[in-house]
Amino acid sequence: MTDSLTKRLVIAILGWTVALLLFFPIFWMVLTSFKSETDAITARLAFAPTLAAYGEVFARANYLAFALNSVVISVGGSVLALAFAIPAAYSMAFHPTQRTRGTLLWMLSTKMLPPVGVLVPIYLLFRTTHLLDTRTGLILIYALMNLPIVVWMLFTFYKEVPHEILEAGRMDGANTWAEVWHLLMPLTLPGVASTGLLSLILCWNEAFWSLNLTSSSAAPLTTFIASFSSPEGLFFAKLSAASTMAVAPILIFGWFSQKQLVQGLTFGAVK
Amino acid sequence: MATLTLRNIKKAYGAAEVIKGIDLDIEDREFVVFVGPSGCGKSTLLRMIAGLEPITSGDLSIDGKRVNEVGPADRGLAMVFQSYALYPHMTVAQNMGFALRLAKVPKAERDAKVAEAARILQLGPYLERRPKDLSGGQRQRVAIGRAIVRAPKVFLFDEPLSNLDAALRGQTRIEIAKLHEELAVTMIYVTHDQIEAMTLADKIVVLQAGRIEQVGSPLELYHHPANIFVAGFIGSPRMNMLPVAVDGVSAAGVSVRLPSGVALTIPCSGAGLSAGSALTLGIRPEALRPDENGPIAGTVKLVERLGGLTLLHVETEGIEDMIVQLEGLSLVDLHQQVRFSADGAALHLFDQAGQALPALARHSLVA
Amino acid sequence: MSASLTGPAPGHDAKAAPAARPVARSLLVMPSVLVLLAWMIVPLAMTLWFSVRQYNLLDPSIHGFAGIDNYTYLVTDPDFWASLENTLILLVAVLVITVCLGTLLAVLFNQPFPGRNVARVLAISPFFVMPTVAALIWKNLLMHPIYGVLGVVAHAFGVPPVDWFAHYPLFSVIAIVSWEWLPFALLILLTAVQSLDTDQLEAARMDGAGSIAQFFFITLPHLSRAISVVIMIETIFLLSVFAEIFVTTAGGPGNATTNLAFLIYSRALLQFDVGGASAGGMVAILLANIVAFFLVRTVARRLET
Repeated sequence: MTDSLTKRLVIAILGWTVALLLFFPIFWMVLTSFKSETDAITARLAFAPTLAAYGEVFARANYLAFALNSVVISVGGSVLALAFAIPAAYSMAFHPTQRTRGTLLWMLSTKMLPPVGVLVPIYLLFRTTHLLDTRTGLILIYALMNLPIVVWMLFTFYKEVPHEILEAGRMDGANTWAEVWHLLMPLTLPGVASTGLLSLILCWNEAFWSLNLTSSSAAPLTTFIASFSSPEGLFFAKLSAASTMAVAPILIFGWFSQKQLVQGLTFGAVK
Repeated sequence: MATLTLRNIKKAYGAAEVIKGIDLDIEDREFVVFVGPSGCGKSTLLRMIAGLEPITSGDLSIDGKRVNEVGPADRGLAMVFQSYALYPHMTVAQNMGFALRLAKVPKAERDAKVAEAARILQLGPYLERRPKDLSGGQRQRVAIGRAIVRAPKVFLFDEPLSNLDAALRGQTRIEIAKLHEELAVTMIYVTHDQIEAMTLADKIVVLQAGRIEQVGSPLELYHHPANIFVAGFIGSPRMNMLPVAVDGVSAAGVSVRLPSGVALTIPCSGAGLSAGSALTLGIRPEALRPDENGPIAGTVKLVERLGGLTLLHVETEGIEDMIVQLEGLSLVDLHQQVRFSADGAALHLFDQAGQALPALARHSLVA
Repeated sequence: MSASLTGPAPGHDAKAAPAARPVARSLLVMPSVLVLLAWMIVPLAMTLWFSVRQYNLLDPSIHGFAGIDNYTYLVTDPDFWASLENTLILLVAVLVITVCLGTLLAVLFNQPFPGRNVARVLAISPFFVMPTVAALIWKNLLMHPIYGVLGVVAHAFGVPPVDWFAHYPLFSVIAIVSWEWLPFALLILLTAVQSLDTDQLEAARMDGAGSIAQFFFITLPHLSRAISVVIMIETIFLLSVFAEIFVTTAGGPGNATTNLAFLIYSRALLQFDVGGASAGGMVAILLANIVAFFLVRTVARRLET
């Protein structure tokens, strides 16, 4: 009796310690953002909260423009990826050929190509096609970048749908469009949602392409935050305020949707 | 009106041929049951008729028109799936009306047809429920309702009762029989359960390894199985098989010698048989009767008392586990020595290729 | 051919020819295949072409065929070998840390304890933090030798504070990247742990297995599939870690934290040597393919797609 009580106590302490340790950097970032610059360079917990740092960040950079770019590019990239991936995953899950398995693995292996390996050509291509520093350019890149993972995730969800339901639909006169729209989509909406969520998070946090392909007009929050990195690295409060503002939207969004995300994030690893 | 004609239908997946040339005629309003062990191709054949599997070669015609290239929805068929395949995100009414909705039937007409199907199947109170809120039997009826609403020329059933418990299975079987009566349409029904086949069918098609073993009415298959496979498959408990040797052939039939040395005469045509050649004797468990002077003797190894019936497992010469089915409660004891006799007309002889020797007289109930 | 490759339009008259339909439907995969193929082939061909050219963005007068010069220059460059080594160390270290800790934490967070759901949400939060921000917080707020929390804590205990990025640069980067990816491993492994049939654990208990035996003989084998998935996906991202290095150390000190991704970046966009950068890119692609070959093969065997 006491034995199991001790065990549960240990588990609770352990669980909370780990959770708080992992969360500490984020907590500290938010805390520091409300400090004055002089308080910020101390580890003091007691301080007079101030919004001064936020004021300075707003004064220096047009946060809303960066945030809007992040939203547009992330949503655009994810929607475009889903638009390509849904027919592909449907076809692979329900009408497989001998090449399907190979195709899926090949798609995943393209994801292994390091972006840096193709940075120069993409940069030059974008320069000639005037896609540098445009939202369209990043949306295209992000859609392509996430396509293999999106296809894979959707594929694992579609594999769980009983074939007979789609066959019943065909007996009822559903063509391909009706099959996907009236049957598959409603049935796998949770899966599509969690795939979209993951894609959204990956897009939002992507830093390589956004740093290298945008400078101002299409720059998302990753670029915004990079501009606070080097020269004024020691202005901790300002840095924290900017970081908090860059992370907050996706973090809050992530918290609210985490149930949905967790359910879907299995990649077929759970049978 | 719907007749189906299958001519040399084949199905191959790559080099593997799973349906090896099926010829079959299905009459209007006939209830046809495809039966066979799992893997015999019965479901594949049904799915080819449905249009869900492409036909590799051969001709499938409905009402005389070749439909190999026609899509599943345009063949005028409806199918009830083994798993029911109800659309989980739609209500019962939406499930049943989906085909009409896709066909752009006006809503009022759609609702009327759904209501009519619901009346036939007593689903009225459940129309707004979703499949997950229904019992197994109700889901089954929705699946049938979805088929009825489309007013198909032919109903296809793919093992529709296998997900129900035993009591419900019996009840639903009767409902399907009634439905066939009421709707007066052609039905094709796939099952591995020979009781379903025997009770429902006008015509049974016994399949094995992609080929038809025999086509006939239930009683025809029971009384005159064409070969050992059909004999063993139709009838429960299974027919007992004993190795025998030919003694001689006469006008009364073929005389054979049992492993115990006892001679029996079976009214079959023995053309071409010579004395001494090996045959297989088939005796249905229900054809055996206790008889103190009977030709077959053995020791009771196991007694199963079912109340109305008693099954004896008897060890006898040439067969370790011969099943005898007796009416009523038999008081036979374990390890007791028993003797049995059997009506010669209820015995079957099979040659070494497994083909039945033709009976001299057809059973009175079989045309 | 090319017309059918684009896939049938949704309203495509599918009723006409059922025999042709499965073919048409399996062609719906083609749009994705084609864009990915373009996405792969076009830049790859350009990278290959540039890698055998002399090409400098700043000085157009330097041009012409370079043959394998860019490659010989690359392989004789000590920075290149260091970057290759750093890339692999980073990959393996982060994989080991996240998979091991992730497994343990997944089991831990599967136990009931008060406030477990909130604790879980806190623990997975780092996954939502963008790499640039993660790097900035760690570099300044936590690991700064004077003002960082770690430094202050060390000071409080009378231990001399450590200048992490000067003395243990690669380790510091590994710590940051692990912090980012641990929640991902935890997420996937936790779902897998939750799917473990309790009957199995109970049967093991009936057979006399203690907690540790249960973990090694039941839970861990059950997780193997999920672990392969974690390894596969993390590898994809870890081979090209960039922002964390860009923000914290810029590859230094010296070349201590320069991985292949950062090396190519600095060649191309800091030194404007497109030829050299492209040669590096080809090596990165080759490396990725070698890893992909083994990884995809092992994982594919487990995944039974």
